[in-house]
Amino acid sequence: MTGCPETRAGAGRLAAGYRAVTRCRAPVSGSVPLVGRLAALACCLWSGFAAAGRTEVAPAVLEAESQRVAVMAKAKDAVVAVFSSDGGGGGSGVVITPDGYALSNFHVVKPCGNAMKCGMADGQLYDAVIVGIDPTGDVALIKLFGRDDFPAPEVADSDEVQVGDWAFAMGNPFLLAADFQPTVTYGIISGVHRYQYPAGTILEYTDCIQTDASINPGNSGGPLFDARGRLIGINGRGSFEKRGRVNVGVGYAISINQIKNFLGHLHSGRIVDHATLGAVAGWDGEGRVVVTDILDQSDAYRRGLRYDDEIVSFGGRPISTPNGFKNVLGIFPKGWRVPLSYRRGGKRYDILVRLAGVHTQSELLEKTEGRQEMPMPIPEPGEEPQPEGGRKEKEKPPGKDDRPKSDRLPHPLQPTEKPAELAEVVKKHFEEKRGYANFYFNKLHRDRVWSTWDKESRLSVPGGSWTIAGALDDGSKFTLRLTDQDIVLELPVGASTWTVTDELASSLAPPGSGGLMPALHLWRRLAVLGPDKFGDVSYLGTAPLVGHTGLFDVLVGLSGGVESRFYFDPAEGDLLAVEMFPADDVDPCEIYFSDFREVEGRKLPRRMEVRFGDEPFSAFQLEQFTFEPSAGP
Amino acid sequence: MRNRPVAVEQQPEEREFSPVPPRRGLADPRRLMGCAGRVARLRSRAVAEVVRLRESASPGAKFPRILTNSAAGELARVLLIVFALCPAVVAAESGPPRPGLSETVRQTQAKVVKIYGAGGFQQMEAYQTGMLVSPEGHILTVWSYVLDTDSLAVVLADGRRFEAKLLGADPRLEIAVVKIEGADLPHFDLNKAVEAEAGQRVLALSNLFGIATGNEPASVQDGVIAVKTQLQARRGVFETPYDGPVYVLDAVTNNPGAAGGVLVTRSGDLIAMLGKELRNALNNTWLNYALPIEQLRGPVEQIRAGKFVARREEPEKRPERPITLADLGLVLVPDVVERTPPFVDRVVSGSPAAVSGIRMDDLVLLIGDRLVPSCKSLREELGLIDREDPVKLTVLRGQELLEFELHTEDAKAQTPP
Repeated sequence: MTGCPETRAGAGRLAAGYRAVTRCRAPVSGSVPLVGRLAALACCLWSGFAAAGRTEVAPAVLEAESQRVAVMAKAKDAVVAVFSSDGGGGGSGVVITPDGYALSNFHVVKPCGNAMKCGMADGQLYDAVIVGIDPTGDVALIKLFGRDDFPAPEVADSDEVQVGDWAFAMGNPFLLAADFQPTVTYGIISGVHRYQYPAGTILEYTDCIQTDASINPGNSGGPLFDARGRLIGINGRGSFEKRGRVNVGVGYAISINQIKNFLGHLHSGRIVDHATLGAVAGWDGEGRVVVTDILDQSDAYRRGLRYDDEIVSFGGRPISTPNGFKNVLGIFPKGWRVPLSYRRGGKRYDILVRLAGVHTQSELLEKTEGRQEMPMPIPEPGEEPQPEGGRKEKEKPPGKDDRPKSDRLPHPLQPTEKPAELAEVVKKHFEEKRGYANFYFNKLHRDRVWSTWDKESRLSVPGGSWTIAGALDDGSKFTLRLTDQDIVLELPVGASTWTVTDELASSLAPPGSGGLMPALHLWRRLAVLGPDKFGDVSYLGTAPLVGHTGLFDVLVGLSGGVESRFYFDPAEGDLLAVEMFPADDVDPCEIYFSDFREVEGRKLPRRMEVRFGDEPFSAFQLEQFTFEPSAGP
Repeated sequence: MRNRPVAVEQQPEEREFSPVPPRRGLADPRRLMGCAGRVARLRSRAVAEVVRLRESASPGAKFPRILTNSAAGELARVLLIVFALCPAVVAAESGPPRPGLSETVRQTQAKVVKIYGAGGFQQMEAYQTGMLVSPEGHILTVWSYVLDTDSLAVVLADGRRFEAKLLGADPRLEIAVVKIEGADLPHFDLNKAVEAEAGQRVLALSNLFGIATGNEPASVQDGVIAVKTQLQARRGVFETPYDGPVYVLDAVTNNPGAAGGVLVTRSGDLIAMLGKELRNALNNTWLNYALPIEQLRGPVEQIRAGKFVARREEPEKRPERPITLADLGLVLVPDVVERTPPFVDRVVSGSPAAVSGIRMDDLVLLIGDRLVPSCKSLREELGLIDREDPVKLTVLRGQELLEFELHTEDAKAQTPP
C-alpha cells in the first residue's frame, strides 16, 4: 500500500501510532535507530530517486538531515525507558548528570514504588531508586546506578524557546522500546507559557511548553529536546479527547527552567510542595490583573500587598493576565522569596515575597501515598474511552469492535500487590521516612552541607564559649559572648544578657530585631553540635538568597520550639545566612554573613547584617573571634 | 470524555475565560437538550477519514479508497510517503528552521482570533477559531452552534476582547462571517490567498482545545499537505454539507475548537481554513482537512454584500396579508431559548409544507436568501411575505441541503392551472 518497506524506511516507528505497533512490534532495525518524520521523507525520497534516478536532493537538505540524525543519535543516549521493578510498564525519563540522576514524571514513578528499572539506548537495564518527587508539578528525580559516566544532554534555557522552533520528543510510547531504543517524534513548538489546570487531583502544569511532536502514553517523563538536542522540557501530558488516548497534536512538557528551580528540592529526597502567594489574582473591570483576595497572615500582606492592588510583575516577569500570574507562581517551590511589583494609586512598589506552601504536609502525603493506577494507562483491548451522553453507542458502527488488531496495545503489567525485592544497590540508597520520598538523600545532602562548612570553619567544638569583638556601623564597639547557656552583648551604653530557654520564641531580644539573640544561639548551636545533636535538621534543597545571585543549599533546623534556616554557599561551603522563625505567619529574624576571611585556620565572616521585616536592624563588623574550650572536664 | 487535557486523571474543563454558560433552567430541559443535541448532531456531527482519491497530485496515479485506522495522522503520513515516492513531488523544504519562522508565526497569530459563544456541555465546546479578513473586523469562521447566541465574544491574539455579531452564514459551505467593531486590525487578504501542492509544508494555527486564553496566541502545528482532493459528502460516511475540494493534512489539526483556524505556508501566506471535526460514522476515524480559500472567497464577499444575512433593519413595506406558519402547515419546535434553531417539529398533513416535501426534523436555514437563525427570525421573515407569494425554504436534513418552494392556497389560486 505504501510502496515503501516499513523496515527500510522505519516508518512503522516514526508514527508511534497504532500501525507502528503491529508492523514493528519490537523495534526492528538497529541500524536505523532514529527516524523522524523528515528523515522518513528523505529516506523515501531517496528510494524514489533511486528508482527514478532523475532528481537530486539539494545538498542543504542532506546536510540538514545528517545534522538532525547526528543530534538525535547523541540525544538518544540519555533517554531512559522506565519500568517498575516487577517488569511492569512505566514510561520515560532522561538522565541529567553523569552520576545518573534522571528526571521523569511523578505519575510515571509513582506506581513503580521506590525502585525502578531503567533501560537505556546502550541496551543495558539499570537499577534506579526514587530520590525526590514534586507531585504538584508532576516531576520526579530518580538515580540510576551502575555507571559514573552516564550520558547527559546539555540543558537549555527554556524561556528562550519560541513558538515555531523545531523540537523532538524521545521516550517509550506504547512501551515499544523492548530493546530500550527510544522512539523519536518530531514537531514544532505550538505554544509557550501555557497554563494547564490541575488534572482533577494535584498535577498542575504551569508555564508549560506545548508541542505537536507526538506525545503518546508512555512518553510521559521523557525529554523534549530543541533542534540542537538540548533539553527544554519533560513531556508529561497530552490533550486527549474523543479520539482515544493517542496523540492528537497537542502535547505538554514541563519547562526545564521550572525544574531547575525545583531541582535542589528534589535532591533533598523530600516530597516537594509548590507555592502560593496567599493572594489571588484576577481581572478587574478594566482589564487589569489585580489582587482579588489576600490572606492577612500571608507574607505578601505583611510586605504591603492589599486587595485591589494591580500586579505589575512577578518573579521577574511582567504580568498581564491571571494565567500569566499563575504560570509564574507554578514555577517556584514553597519557601522561595520572589520579587513582586504592584501598583497602587499610580505608584509602583517593589517587594520581595516569601511564598507559602500550597498543601499541608498531610495533604501532600495523602496525594502521594499508595501505589495506584499505572501512568498513562493504555486501554485494555476493547476498552475505549466513552464520550458522555451515550452518543458513542448510537454512532458506533455495527460489528462492535472494528478497530484493527494493531490497536490492541500490549497491556502493561499491573504492579503486583507485593513490591518486588529491591536490588542491593537500591537498598543501600534508600531509607524510608514519613514525609520523604527517600530519606537517604536528605541525610546525604544534610551531612554534605554541614561537613563542608565545618571543614572550613572548624567550629564543632562542644561547650566553651565564643567571644566576638568588633564595631557597629556607627563606630561603637561591641563584644558578643555566646555560650550554651546565654548570650551577653556588651555595648558602650551597657551590657545585656539573654538566657537560653526551652522556648526560644519567648524572648525575641533585642526589641525590633525579630529575635537576634535566639538566632545567634541557633547559629552557634548548629556550628558546635552539628545536625545530629542540634535537634531535627533536614536538607531543604536550594533557594535564592537576598543580595546574592544563584541558588544556595538550605538546612532547616527545629530546636527550642522554633524553625531556623541556614543558607550555605554551595561552592565554598560558607554559611551565608540564618533565618529564625519564631512562629508561623511571623517575619523571621535574618542574619547575613559576609566578607569571609581565614583566621587561624578557620574561615570566618567579618561582617554580620541583621534584618527584620522590611528594615535592616543593625550591622556588625566582626573583628576578633575568641574560642575558649570548655572549662570543665 | 469531554475535551480536556489529560495526564492520568481526567481534568475539569476550567478556564479563566468562562464561556457562555449552558442554557439551563428552561421550561423543558430535555426538549431543549434534544434540540441542542440535534443542532450539534446535524451541524457539527463529525464525518470521516475515508477519502476517495479521485485524483492524486501526481498525474496518472490513481488510488483506490484508502481506509485509515484511527491513528489520525497515519493516513496522511502514508500519503506523504506515497507522494514522496512520486518523483514529481520534490519537497526540498526540509532543513533547519529558517530564521524568521518565529516571526512568521507571530505575525500570523495576530490575525487569528478566539471565538466564544454557545455550547459548553456534552461534547459541544463553546469556542472555535476565526481569522480576521478585514481591517475593520470581519472574521471568517465556520458556521456552528457556537454562533447560536447573542453574546458572542471574540478575543484577539493580544488579549483584546470584543463583542461580536453574526453577520451572515453560507449554510452550503458551513462558513460564517462575524463582525467586531475595530479599525486597523491585522488581517488576511482573501484575494491574496494562495494554492498549495501536495507535499508542501504548512502551518496550522488554531485555538484547538481552547488552550490559548486571554492574551495567549493561537497554537501552531506543523504539517504537510498530503493531498488536495474532493471531499465527497455522502450519507453515513461524510456527513457534511460541504462537497468540494479540501486539503488533507498529515497533522492532527482538526480538534475541538480548531475549526475556523488557518492553514498557511511557512511564509505566512493564507491557504485554507481548518474545517469542522469530521468523523467517519462507519469506522470512527477522523479527517484532518482544510477548505481552500478560493472556495470561500466568493461566499464571503456575498455575505459581506448582504446575501445569507439575517435581516436587521425594518423593511419599508409590510404585506397586508402576510404568511403565517399555520398557512404553511409548519409546526416548529417550542421556542424556548433566545435563539431556538428553527427545527420542524411537525408537518400538518395535506398542508403546503407537506405537499412540498418538508419533513419533521428538517432545520430551516434560509428563506429565500435570508438567513433565519432562530424560530423568531423565521416567523418575522415570513411576516414579510405576502400570502399570495411562493415561499422558498432551504432546509438541512441530515447533512443534506434541500430547497423547497411552498405555495399557500392563495398562491395556488394565483397560479394559472
